[in-house]
Amino acid sequence: MDFVNAIILLLNYIFIPALTYGSQLALGAIFVTLIYGILRFANFATGDMMSFGTMMTILFTWYFQSLGVSLGVLPTALLAIPFGIIFMILYMLLIDKFVFKYYRNQKSPPVQFAMVSIGVMFVTQALVRIIIGPTDRRFFDGEKFIIKAREFKEMTGLNEGLALKSTQVLTIFVTIVLVSLLFWFLNKTKTGKSMKAYSDNEDLALLSGIDPKKIVLVTWVIAGILATIGGALYGLDKSFKPFTYFNNMLPIFAAAIVGGIGNPFGAFLGGYVIAFSEILLTYAYKKFFMYVLPESMEPDSLVQLLSTDYKFAVSFSILVIVLIYRPSGIFKGKVL
Amino acid sequence: MRKNLNVIAAYSIMMVFILMVGIFQSWNIALSIFNLCLISAVMTMGANIQWGYAGLINFGIMGYTALGGLAAVLISVDPVQEAWRAGGFDILMALWLIVVMVLVIRFILKRFEKSKIRTYSIAAIIISGILLIRFSAEPGIEAIEAVDPAKTGFLGGFGLPIIFSWIVGALFAGGLAFIVGKVALGLRADYLAIATLLISEIVIAIIKHEDWLTRGVKNVIGLKRPAPYEVDLQTTDWFIKLVEKFHSGKLSLIENLADRQAALNQLVIEGSSVFVKLCYSGLFLVVVIILLILTQKALYSPWGRMMRAIRDNEEAANAMGKNVVKQHLLIFILGSAIVGIAGAMLVTQDGLFTPGSYRPMRYTFLIWVMVIIGGSGNNFGAILGGFVVWFLWIEAAPISLFLINFFTAGIPETNALKAHLIESVPYFRFLMMGLGLLFIMRYRPKGILPEKIEIK
Repeated sequence: MDFVNAIILLLNYIFIPALTYGSQLALGAIFVTLIYGILRFANFATGDMMSFGTMMTILFTWYFQSLGVSLGVLPTALLAIPFGIIFMILYMLLIDKFVFKYYRNQKSPPVQFAMVSIGVMFVTQALVRIIIGPTDRRFFDGEKFIIKAREFKEMTGLNEGLALKSTQVLTIFVTIVLVSLLFWFLNKTKTGKSMKAYSDNEDLALLSGIDPKKIVLVTWVIAGILATIGGALYGLDKSFKPFTYFNNMLPIFAAAIVGGIGNPFGAFLGGYVIAFSEILLTYAYKKFFMYVLPESMEPDSLVQLLSTDYKFAVSFSILVIVLIYRPSGIFKGKVL
Repeated sequence: MRKNLNVIAAYSIMMVFILMVGIFQSWNIALSIFNLCLISAVMTMGANIQWGYAGLINFGIMGYTALGGLAAVLISVDPVQEAWRAGGFDILMALWLIVVMVLVIRFILKRFEKSKIRTYSIAAIIISGILLIRFSAEPGIEAIEAVDPAKTGFLGGFGLPIIFSWIVGALFAGGLAFIVGKVALGLRADYLAIATLLISEIVIAIIKHEDWLTRGVKNVIGLKRPAPYEVDLQTTDWFIKLVEKFHSGKLSLIENLADRQAALNQLVIEGSSVFVKLCYSGLFLVVVIILLILTQKALYSPWGRMMRAIRDNEEAANAMGKNVVKQHLLIFILGSAIVGIAGAMLVTQDGLFTPGSYRPMRYTFLIWVMVIIGGSGNNFGAILGGFVVWFLWIEAAPISLFLINFFTAGIPETNALKAHLIESVPYFRFLMMGLGLLFIMRYRPKGILPEKIEIK
């Protein structure tokens, strides 16, 4: 019985939260990796673009709520996400037309692109803060839990409860659907294949008649979808605050690079690598050992490898180690 | 003279703006803007050395600034004897363990050929070392943090004058840059940017959460000053006389003796804070001028030419027998050390160390905006960038408030949109910086004062 308790404990505090957080990171990381692979620059505006998409979703959520439209047990935000995506894509295309296109035509070095994306980062951050303000916003409505910890205990008669939030299930479910669609698109359709070709060898792709304008357009559209959904899911699960989104850029970068930048599948897995290592290394295992070990061997301390303050530092350290020893990432992306 | 005309013109315009703030707002604000402009100028000089001279991208400026600030704390605060007695031994033991660990790793690296076993054993040593240090130092750390946590709860510093910290800050930052450079300088430009950004976040995380060393988010306040205190000045005879003399014309207009005394008191209070800020300005100006002379000399020396050669064509410079890796590391350390000085100066001026306030927007990206807008590769440009951008950063709110009121003059105050815009005035500074950066990069990619290569 104790063993089952221990498993439930790990499920509740490590596995499910890490899977959720990892999914959110994975969507952002695929966004980074696509931009890097096809448009060839490190987009420092990633976090702020995600917050822009989330902001649009929140505005539409409020609008629908004021109309009295709701999805019952599901959050209203699901209805608002498509509209958020449209505005996000429009914003990205606008930015591309007025900012990035010029440097693409000039064939500027990646560093210059990165610098320009910092300009975009400042502007986007300003827009988000001017429009919706810098405060913490919760926009979740509907049923909060699928299984409550207390109900689970009564149901199974175990000591440990298992709480399953609806946002967690939603995040994981949406991520799986979205990512499978994306991989189907990239691997099976003609446009997707031409995107891959363009990413692998630009000159060769152009020679074989691939239209670069179309590639860029499709890339931004996919980026917009990923950014908005990733951002909105994070906001639903935790809360929306522009500053947190800016900070999330860092673990997202870490995930993209750990997975091998330019490689969408690597980025997808990279998100989970980062999320699981952050949570595994900062979790206090005391209770787990209390269940597993006999009473005489119970630990006195918290059995925590690192304090939770160092959550971010864990992912950054992993990234730095990967950059040094395997710069192409765990799943072989572009060699840097 | 003629060829420097644009430099002189640009600086004169900048000075006029600051003087205008002094005349229209107050001299206190003008001087505090000027002081922070000087500190920003030091930071931009550091970033400019790395980016402008050598083309190295360093997004870790925040980390070096914070280390400089930490130096100010560790140098100037008096040691907390009780904390040393409580846990000093454990901390020293941990330090000793770290030294042993580094030596063992060095020994293994030297002694054995490169192999998988060597890599894994080094990893094992590092991990077990960290665990050992963590569990052996824990009681000491807890004891230190328990010593009067409301006031101290940390080891304190050396109790030396805070000015020394400017040099120590440079050493700290240079030391960190040495480690970072050894690790990350081989990476391609945009990866170097990401790696340095993340490393600086790690540095901040450590400074924020290692309370025994830095007091963490509890902040260190009331640091010693190199300048006199306002309260002391207000009771000093020569200072009161000075203020009286300075304002004698204005004061003699007041007939009533009691009124005149009250007016004088008011002037003394205002004057004291202006005087303190002037003291800082003097100190900072000295640093800026010394650094400017040194960096200019370096730029036009054979070494500067070599750096430009490496920047413009690494392979060619390498083929000519220049050690690119070594020079990159050197310039990375030098630039970071200068940023470290700026960090110490900043904490010296504020008189307090707040680890929570180090954020990449303010201390990394803003500095980069300064370098790019001012003109990378040109020291005068970088300094000007520091001045212009900091000035706009501070004055953005009043300017945008004025603009909003101007454009919405016909709309009543109660209008929701107008009220919302006025409420979000502080965030227009981000918009200004972003647009400024984008426009400069597009239409004047070399900055306001572009790099000039003179062949003598």
